[in-house]
Amino acid sequence: MNDVILSRIAEALTWTGRYVERADATARILDAYLHRMLEDPWRDEDMACRSLYAILGMDAGPAPVDMQQVLDQLAFDARSTGAIEGALGAARLNARSAREAVSSAMWECLNATWHALAEQRRAARRTGPYGYLELVRSRAALFFGLADSTMSRDDSWRFVVLGRSLERVDMTVRLLSVRVLDAAHAPDWPTLLSASGADEAYARVYGGFGDTPRVAEFLLLDRDFPRSALHALTTAEECLAALGRPRQDPARRPIGRLRTRLEYLDTHALEEQLPPLLKDLQTACMASAEAVAERFFPYQGPVVWAREGT
Amino acid sequence: MADIFDAYALADAWDEMFERPGEVRAAYEPVLAALQPIEPGELRFRADQMARSFTDRGVTYAFAGEERPWPLDLVPRILDAVEWDFVQRGVGQRVRALESYLADAYGPCRAFEDGVVPWRLLLGSPHFHRAAHGIEPPGGVRIHVAGIDLVRDEAGAFRVLEDNVRVPSGVSYVIENRRAMTRVFPSLFDGQHVVPVDGYAQRLLAALRAAAPERTADPRVVVLTPGPGNAAYFEHALLARLMGVQLVEGHDLVCRGNRVWMRTTRGEVPVHVVYRRLDDDFLDPLHFRPDSVIGCPGILGAATAGNVTLANAVGNGIADDKLLYTYVPDLIRYYLREEPILPNVESYRPDEPGQLEAVLDQIDRLVVKPVDGAGGQGIVIGPKADARTLERTRKAVAADPRGFIAQRPVALSTSPTLAGDRMAPRHIDLRPFAVNDGDSVWVLPGGLTRVALQEGNLIVNSSQGGGSKDTWVLAEGPVEGPSRTAGDGPPPPVVPRQLGPDGTPALVPEGARQQ
Repeated sequence: MNDVILSRIAEALTWTGRYVERADATARILDAYLHRMLEDPWRDEDMACRSLYAILGMDAGPAPVDMQQVLDQLAFDARSTGAIEGALGAARLNARSAREAVSSAMWECLNATWHALAEQRRAARRTGPYGYLELVRSRAALFFGLADSTMSRDDSWRFVVLGRSLERVDMTVRLLSVRVLDAAHAPDWPTLLSASGADEAYARVYGGFGDTPRVAEFLLLDRDFPRSALHALTTAEECLAALGRPRQDPARRPIGRLRTRLEYLDTHALEEQLPPLLKDLQTACMASAEAVAERFFPYQGPVVWAREGT
Repeated sequence: MADIFDAYALADAWDEMFERPGEVRAAYEPVLAALQPIEPGELRFRADQMARSFTDRGVTYAFAGEERPWPLDLVPRILDAVEWDFVQRGVGQRVRALESYLADAYGPCRAFEDGVVPWRLLLGSPHFHRAAHGIEPPGGVRIHVAGIDLVRDEAGAFRVLEDNVRVPSGVSYVIENRRAMTRVFPSLFDGQHVVPVDGYAQRLLAALRAAAPERTADPRVVVLTPGPGNAAYFEHALLARLMGVQLVEGHDLVCRGNRVWMRTTRGEVPVHVVYRRLDDDFLDPLHFRPDSVIGCPGILGAATAGNVTLANAVGNGIADDKLLYTYVPDLIRYYLREEPILPNVESYRPDEPGQLEAVLDQIDRLVVKPVDGAGGQGIVIGPKADARTLERTRKAVAADPRGFIAQRPVALSTSPTLAGDRMAPRHIDLRPFAVNDGDSVWVLPGGLTRVALQEGNLIVNSSQGGGSKDTWVLAEGPVEGPSRTAGDGPPPPVVPRQLGPDGTPALVPEGARQQ
């Protein structure tokens, strides 16, 4: 009977996927940064924190920034969907309003996570944020694992995966952007890799770390690593292809174009092409998300006042 | 060892578990035997575990603006096979009589012509909707789902307290209570034949599909909810999920050409049956409250045109008006030509000549209820009310006799309930749920038992801080389930497990094998 899904539900599913992915990526980035800072006593805390804000597209304000402020604003702030707690709260509300579309296991995962966060947040004030960030990462993995193992591969599932993929491209691009645009205060390449959860996969492919633009190549172009931009774009495109049929799909076109560009990119020229490429990737994801909203979520149309007897 | 039942003092009411102090009723023997040796601390632990699992799974309700875990007491409430048979027949009979009344009141009005029920009862009801007139529901069903509230009086007899045939809620808690109990307290079920409750959603779906407009081959059913802000949203979502249908909000629907459509990612698709969990007043701003933003304009026109079925039907409120309640035994005799199986609580009708004075004279000995109050609101219990409240109530009843009924106070039966670290008697009621598919009325075995958590309190509604109990119906023999002997085919072939390369399980290192 569920051969179709409500536009409202589709929108909620997409955002659930996006928010959980955002919380996960943010937790990884914070963890990698914190680690880095603890291990490098010569680092300028204020500048490093500022580069973190820049990655996440937020304003650090004029006053000096320290780690506590970073955690308060980027992890514990429940009012901002740019922070972990806000993103997970929004994911929970979205899943709640789509409760007959997500599986019980998925909803319970988000709900239990939400209730567990408060405790971990209190513990983080005493023992540091590791437990908190670890909880977020493992629950995000659990959530998507449950989505993969408890949802049919129908449109509902595709909207969750589409949301996750678009967010994933966005977060990967953000990470790389800071490195490319503000190298002086950006995290080094190994930190970038571990923030993407890609350190071990990278080491397997290239052997060891190395301070090299190969990291950028890996995070953008690797076909097999699920967090690379190319992989996420491919997944998003597959979802869109299965969701819709129009020949000129305005949601699919921008990311399809970027995906082909990445596939045939001359890797030797990657370094100088990076700044415009990263910008184009972000623009394409935004354009695609807007087109998806326009096409699939048009429920906010005018109220139709039916007359009796017509 | 301390016994959690040590301090259990029977109240002045029928006790569900104990016939006399220390003498347990037969149906409760195994449960008592399982509970008695348990330390209070262990019971507390299990209760906390249960609350935590309710919180995590979002089985919560709003109390004083706070999201609280659904309060489930660890001691089940048990009905044996004979008691249950009586209750379910009584509930079914009641629903059939109320169906007949609704069909009559929105049709030929025979009962009024014949003087069984006075005309003013119908015309004075705020729930009598002109808009409902002329809607001929498919199969003649207006009450697809009913919740009939019962209490057990001092002599142990079940009595009907009120009928709910608009949008009765609570069935999800019956399902969740059972689920939680089997997880937290599996040993309690040992050797008991408890009838399962998980068939409800399939029954409901079948009844809703049967109620679809006649020319629909494959009807699409949806559940209409006011949204996540509603106190019963959890239930709406659970039912939609268990039935595998869409959970829609008002703005997901659109009416065009007297049909109802829903907005989906593949365009608008038709809807045939709406199991609505919205009151009449909010359903259609064209007819009722124009300020309602949670309804769907035009849905009533589509129902009148016979293109969509609303479940339950619009205008059912005239059948659960508490003044009508006092006539239900007569209606059972009139429409069904049967004697009522379940009696009412003795009641006064202040709007009848002579009865107003009787009510006003002894108001301090009666329970006064507004005829359209819900969730225990506005009820005044005479013997427990102070002089000012009584005076105010007296004035209110005198000014609007049609707006109230008065009843003899019933000391609801009690059941052992965990209070602190001891068992104490607490008053309970029972709401069985009935599903009507047009051919028969099916009653979910058991129902929702609500508990007044404060000592002596008689109001059990969760909106007033009440709790609940898992309600067991015991089958006489083993419970029928999917039969394992049915196929009678050969047993499935046994496929050998894959082993590691040398024929031993791959992960057992040499030398670690059992000697």
